[in-house]
Amino acid sequence: MTTISPDQATKPVTAPIKKSANQKGGSGDGKMNWSRAFTVARTDLKQLVQARDFWVPMMLLGSFFFVIIPTILLLTITRIGDVETVARISETLEVLPQQAQEQLRGDSPEGQTGYALAVFLFAPVAVIVPLTISTAVGAATIVGEREKGTGEFLAHSPAGAREIYIGKLIASVVPGYVTTVVGFSAYSLIVNLTVGPEVGGWFFPTAQWWLMILWILPPFLLICLSLVLRLSAKVKSTAAAQQASGLISLPLIMIAYSQATGVLFGAGNVAIYLGAAAWVLAIVSLTRGVRSVTRSRLLGVASGI
Amino acid sequence: MDRESENPVAESQGNQARELVVDVSGVDRWFGDVQALTNLSIEVPKGSITVLLGPNGAGKTTAIRMITGALAPDNGTSRVFGMDPATADGEEVRARCGVVSAKPSLYDRLNGWDNLRYAAELYGLGRGKAADARIEEAAATFGIDAALDHQVGGYSTGMKTRLALSRSILHDPDLLLLDEPTSGLDPESALAVLDLIRQMTGQGRTVLMCTHLLLEAEGLADEIVVMQHGTSLLSGRPDDLATRYWPQPIVRLSAESGADLDGLANASGVVTYERSEETATLGLQSLDHVPDLVAAAVAGGARVTSTVPFVPTLEDLYFAVRRDHGSTIDEIPPPGGSSGRPSRETASTQA
Repeated sequence: MTTISPDQATKPVTAPIKKSANQKGGSGDGKMNWSRAFTVARTDLKQLVQARDFWVPMMLLGSFFFVIIPTILLLTITRIGDVETVARISETLEVLPQQAQEQLRGDSPEGQTGYALAVFLFAPVAVIVPLTISTAVGAATIVGEREKGTGEFLAHSPAGAREIYIGKLIASVVPGYVTTVVGFSAYSLIVNLTVGPEVGGWFFPTAQWWLMILWILPPFLLICLSLVLRLSAKVKSTAAAQQASGLISLPLIMIAYSQATGVLFGAGNVAIYLGAAAWVLAIVSLTRGVRSVTRSRLLGVASGI
Repeated sequence: MDRESENPVAESQGNQARELVVDVSGVDRWFGDVQALTNLSIEVPKGSITVLLGPNGAGKTTAIRMITGALAPDNGTSRVFGMDPATADGEEVRARCGVVSAKPSLYDRLNGWDNLRYAAELYGLGRGKAADARIEEAAATFGIDAALDHQVGGYSTGMKTRLALSRSILHDPDLLLLDEPTSGLDPESALAVLDLIRQMTGQGRTVLMCTHLLLEAEGLADEIVVMQHGTSLLSGRPDDLATRYWPQPIVRLSAESGADLDGLANASGVVTYERSEETATLGLQSLDHVPDLVAAAVAGGARVTSTVPFVPTLEDLYFAVRRDHGSTIDEIPPPGGSSGRPSRETASTQA
């Protein structure tokens, strides 16, 4: 390059370079700033609130699993008193593990059947809904920034890749988990109102359900999202991210479902150990997932994108 | 903010030194098998408007990404405010930069307020009344404050650009990096934006702007960097570069019969002579010779139709640089600006 200046003797002066302990990597991330992570999360959630075409179907999904199906089934058993249906379901209760059978409350077949359905049958509901919603949000979150061109803004901002990742993670967890908590509350009310009178009063949530919602479900949700966010950072389009994340989340839903069912059947301390193991796995998976968010990926210029 | 007082190096050395805000040296950057930047060097003096000129794909956007540390160079060094933006110092560098990318990079589902609040929080302005006042002030600077309540998805291209510009100055950055900032704007808005860019350097900010619109850079650029194929071909002050390419004054004489002008080739004061049909381009020792040359031409039987002093524009310079570096683009005109398109200066001095 030829450089011309009016006075060739004039020498450019650059401030002396500051030494940095960090190696070059294009991310240049220093200390974690939680405030920025929450800002990223809050802004993503604001956009989600504006996206009625997204949250209306998701709310319908939650309502369907937590309110409509349980209400119809439990009312059919406890109020309508369809003797044949009750008898058939009562027979199936005999296949439940002994531990679970001992937990059954209620003197009447309607009461026992209603209790079994409320406590054991709907376990997958608490797993399917949050995982489905959070996966849908998470799959679009990073690739979406790239597709809309807003990744350029984030890449040039002082926000670190880790802060962006954590922000995106929070923004993906919240819709699924909040839907679950709200749905779970509605479900509890429905169960207590329909089955409660048959078994001598309000009984739900049981200890196992608390364990599942607070101890088992969150780590499985985080494991799932750590994989989905990694995908979202690496694929070319939102459509590809959603397809691929479906493949990831399906086996995880099945694992979570089986584990949740086991917890509800009263596996006792095993559930606590299982939850602890899931938390460890989630933390490892999230720690590894942080690396998937880079500025070059936000810009869409990383190799493979 | 008194930005001048932050320049101890320049102050201590007076005119003999200029502090560089950006000093990119010998940078290479590959994307897979494609080399986007090749031995790129850019120097941006403090308080200046430096314009990166180049065709599409010249690497201007990649250069800006390198400067903020959004991308790390594969080879070479990049220093901004004396720091390496590709390291942990990148956070500080980016906090002191305001960027407007080629596409406005706005969140269409959010309104103007929320877009700017997002930036305000990420750049450390926080939330609350003080931040909102700053947002309003920045939006008013670019005349977009009245539309802040509306969802950005409904904005016109010009409104989005104005909002993006407002966002870039929210945190009072020391360095503004503008990638085609007037892209998509109507001429009035584009002029207003260029005027505001000029004002910002008046306030002590440094501006690095990319454009392929030469007229836009004309009169705005303190320094230019001509880029092609990811490398910087030439850089410096436009006047100095023009003097280098056209060291002597040039005048163009036209006559009804161009051949009648050929006698001027050996006239006193003429350094170079070149004729194309009815127009002769003369390099002179001094413009003082013009009246004598016109008189000589008339005396020689020429019916002179126009006498135009040639003042090279940025466009002339740009094409001259690119031609010198082996560009094969057909439309690049020959030296002396005989492109058939009169420059702004020459058009106004036609006889």
